[in-house]
Amino acid sequence: MTVFTQGLRYLKEGVTPHMWCPGCGNGIVLSALLRAFEELAYSNEETVVVTGIGCWGKADDYVVTNGFHGTHGRALAFATGMKAFNPRLNVVVLMGDGDAVTIGGNHFIHAARRNIDVTAIVVNNFNFGMTGGQVSATTPLGMATSTTPYTNPERDFDICALADVAGANYVARATPWHGFELEANIREALRKKGFSVVEVMSPCPTHYGKYNRMGTPVEMLRKIREMVLPHEEYARLGPAQKKSYFPTGKLVDRDEPDFNTRYDEVRSRAMKD
Amino acid sequence: MRLVQGNEAIARGALYAGARFYAGYPITPSSEVAEECSVVLPRMGGMYIQMEDEIASIAAVVGASLAGAKAFTATSGPGFSLMQENLGFAVMAEVPCVVVDVQRSGPSTGLATKPSQADVMQVRWGRHGDQAIIALCPASVRECFELTVQAFNFSETYRTPVVLVADEVVAHMRESLRVPEEGELAIIDRKKPSVPPSEYKPFEADEDGVAPLAAYGSPRVFHVSSSMHGPEGFSNNDPANAARKIDRIHRKLDMHRDEIVMTRSFDADDADVLVVAYGITVRASRAAAREARSKGVNAGVLQLQTLWPFADNEIRRAAAGARRVIVPEMNYAGQVAGEVQRVLGPERDIRGVNSYNGQILWPRDILETIMA
Repeated sequence: MTVFTQGLRYLKEGVTPHMWCPGCGNGIVLSALLRAFEELAYSNEETVVVTGIGCWGKADDYVVTNGFHGTHGRALAFATGMKAFNPRLNVVVLMGDGDAVTIGGNHFIHAARRNIDVTAIVVNNFNFGMTGGQVSATTPLGMATSTTPYTNPERDFDICALADVAGANYVARATPWHGFELEANIREALRKKGFSVVEVMSPCPTHYGKYNRMGTPVEMLRKIREMVLPHEEYARLGPAQKKSYFPTGKLVDRDEPDFNTRYDEVRSRAMKD
Repeated sequence: MRLVQGNEAIARGALYAGARFYAGYPITPSSEVAEECSVVLPRMGGMYIQMEDEIASIAAVVGASLAGAKAFTATSGPGFSLMQENLGFAVMAEVPCVVVDVQRSGPSTGLATKPSQADVMQVRWGRHGDQAIIALCPASVRECFELTVQAFNFSETYRTPVVLVADEVVAHMRESLRVPEEGELAIIDRKKPSVPPSEYKPFEADEDGVAPLAAYGSPRVFHVSSSMHGPEGFSNNDPANAARKIDRIHRKLDMHRDEIVMTRSFDADDADVLVVAYGITVRASRAAAREARSKGVNAGVLQLQTLWPFADNEIRRAAAGARRVIVPEMNYAGQVAGEVQRVLGPERDIRGVNSYNGQILWPRDILETIMA
């Protein structure tokens, strides 16, 4: 009989307590990911957890599958090589907003355009946590960080909208407040062939919350919950109201052929040539 | 036997060596390597993928290599600059892969279609931190083929990135090439682990300084990291461990330097005037040395097929009886001349012949300094 271990069988022994600050969302996202692994019966041998650099980029240290800890912003490009060469691998890429859409923005849109069959779990905490709370490409206009002490003059990227227009097959948004929905979205993303993205809007009480006086970790998590609406509810809002919220849940679900499928077609044409 | 371009010979050499994955971004004067791979690799069941930039190209090559591929990329100066950080990753994580740098004239966009040999030091020192690398340098189309095969063999043997440092002239000229039969040249594959999966440590080296490498998707689960790591591949900040790791990535090349350092001698043994040359400049140097001999000066050429690790011993030996050593190269500073001076000492007569205007060196340029 198989016993469901709540994902614990994928957690490396002897690594807890993890390095993340109290109140950080990363632990909740990791536990959702590992439960999803277990529900999909992922094997350690055929799974690679790929990370870049940042707080969430330390997550590979905590899992028993194959692991790859690369350079800042390039996780998707490394992952593309792995998946392109061995399509049987489950390649799961864990990135923060820095890795995914700040330094690594180019790789993000091209991974989506190419529709490479990897899953990106992007924890967006609106700032660079690891280096002390500097501004990132997802820090909203007008917010404070350690390098925008007079508030941010730049607008932020909408990660999900970016993934959508660039061609990802699956895009969802969740928060650590919504643990079960988060896990469901991750599971769907892992199952989906083609490029899939789950953005997790997550609290960083240590830096972003502190600079913007967002209170205790629980208060900050509540503020994030108040920023989002299930996409069905969001769709009913007028254009002006929409500006105050981010939609959550499954936002994009397509079945365009993934890169490896298309490349197999190239191979058959080449072999006939 | 047919006329083949240097870049095509590089691509053919890579495939002969077993390369089945190419990721790159087009750039003059290396693009023909990519074009050739895009034709041939899919026919062989391999893969050609054009990435969004050179940073992604070398990253995809590293990823594919860890999934078990012999993988490579080709670029030129501007792209090679962009590759440095992830090339450093390949050094740190000990990932076999080959990078072809077809040198063109810089700095920056420079003379984009003209040759140069000014990347010698970037090849060696372009990445931050302590690291070592192997670099090979072809002087003919045939060497484009053979040294590419050798680059893969070294890369697989020592679990390290290898740079093939070509130049625009070698890469674009056409010469006759007989492609060796299968089995004619030795092909080496990386050492695979033989211990049970539970005991496998991806950075636990054997006596030769090299650790066996599994592939993602194989029964042996493993972890690699850009961060300082222990034998298991997980972060390890212990100073003793860090020193061991840095020592080993140097030592695994140092202890095999005699196999890695390849030179060719053209009348160098009794030379009064020794020309130390590499790449396309070897050709003009040989012509100049022959002509000097006809004029009564015993000149000879030592060709550096391996640029890094540097041929200290071979140069010292060849220059033992020479009254003068000449280093012709297509760069301003004398990047190799400086190394030769380091090897032979400040009192020796070492003269550079330098071209840095995008024009190749001619035999007469070198002959003048031989006869002076």
